Amino acid sequence: MNWLINTLGSSIGKKLLMAITGLGFIGFLAVHLIGNLTLYGGQDLFTSYVEHLHALGPLIILAELGLLSFAIIHIVIGTLLFYENLMARPVRYRVKKNAGGRTIGSATQPYTGFIILAFLILHLLNFHFAEHTNKSLYQLISSAFANPLYVGVYVIAMIVVAIHVSHGFWSLFQTLGANHPKYMPLIQKLGIAVSLMFGIGFGFVPIFISFIA
Amino acid sequence: MSENINLTLKIWRQKGPNDKGHLETHEARDISTDMSFLEMLDVVNEQLTVEGKDPVSFDHDCREGICGMCGTVINGLAHGPERGTTLCQLHMRHFKDGDTIVIEPWRARPFRIIKDLVVDRSSFDEIIQAGGYVSVNTGQAPEANSIPVPPEWAELAMDAAACIGCGACVAACPNASAMLFVGAKISQLALLPQGKPEAAKRALSMLRKMDELDFGNCSNETECEAVCPKEISITNIARFNREFLVASFGSSEK
Repeated sequence: MNWLINTLGSSIGKKLLMAITGLGFIGFLAVHLIGNLTLYGGQDLFTSYVEHLHALGPLIILAELGLLSFAIIHIVIGTLLFYENLMARPVRYRVKKNAGGRTIGSATQPYTGFIILAFLILHLLNFHFAEHTNKSLYQLISSAFANPLYVGVYVIAMIVVAIHVSHGFWSLFQTLGANHPKYMPLIQKLGIAVSLMFGIGFGFVPIFISFIA
Repeated sequence: MSENINLTLKIWRQKGPNDKGHLETHEARDISTDMSFLEMLDVVNEQLTVEGKDPVSFDHDCREGICGMCGTVINGLAHGPERGTTLCQLHMRHFKDGDTIVIEPWRARPFRIIKDLVVDRSSFDEIIQAGGYVSVNTGQAPEANSIPVPPEWAELAMDAAACIGCGACVAACPNASAMLFVGAKISQLALLPQGKPEAAKRALSMLRKMDELDFGNCSNETECEAVCPKEISITNIARFNREFLVASFGSSEK
């Protein structure tokens, strides 16, 4: 087992863990987005989706545990990489320009990550750990988004997610070694498309709810 | 058309590895635009010598863009504003009269500053040494085509082997990662049949040496590719990632 610890603890190993957990979250966000889209269909459609989802029982708990362990790996390793990378250049440049490689996504990746973590805590407190006995989930959502402050916070958070995914998507393929002259341009375009889909798809939900609430 | 320009230089001066260092302003007068950047520094140094001051120390050797010895960060860009160019091949015609130029050494924890702009890059040598040997039959020159190599692979290996080990990739990387350098050195051997028997051992030991030397971690910012004077592609980093995966999970190397 020593070899496995050495492998995953090396610089590429840590990136590999970031890539695999990141891919997991992209999959999760896709499923989450499909679920959220039912909100556009009105209260009945959304409630029926929620009931069907909750009917899965132990499978949901299993998925939650999986997501939690992925989150712990992604956050702990990401923070470690961020710290190590800061330490790798103890004396900073007085003047530093970008040579053309960096994007908004790549330059802000650790920071958008920390913002997403803060948002995630807020989001779970809002809906997951909220008191469900007297109110349905739909009522919780519509009362939350009646407050413009929540709408603002959620929309900004979704823009941040889109920026994070815009770098993370192609980057995870590069880390997995999947950089091929035929597929890489496609993967990079797909990454932009996926991040726009997440940003627009999730971002318009609070706006839509605030209008009909 | 040659003309002469005047420049204000802000050069990093540092007496030794433990000195704190500071930016010092020097005027460069009557610089011919036909000069290379290093020739411009030579003129400044002659002036400093005449004035009885300590000339600026900087690394240089072939001045033909092939040895990998020169290199500083010019106004925030490794090897200056021209693409695919070493510092010695950067000419003063790319600057305008009255420009202020900030000149700083490569900065990374494994790159110790010896003096002024001179940087110790022996960490690169240590990584190469960690790569070990490649099995090649000795004796008479072998039959030319006894080991078939597809021309595409030979080209890719040659592209990777163009790396001159100047360290610009590390200097430009926001994380001070050496992945492009190591990726190129891994690739030039991984692509050829001659390097195959030691591939797994080489990938792991070069990676471990790189980590041990406290280089940062690659986060695919691709700044390295943008400043590389030999325009080494980040596909070499992906190949290194693959070599690492195969060596870690598909070989008996530990």
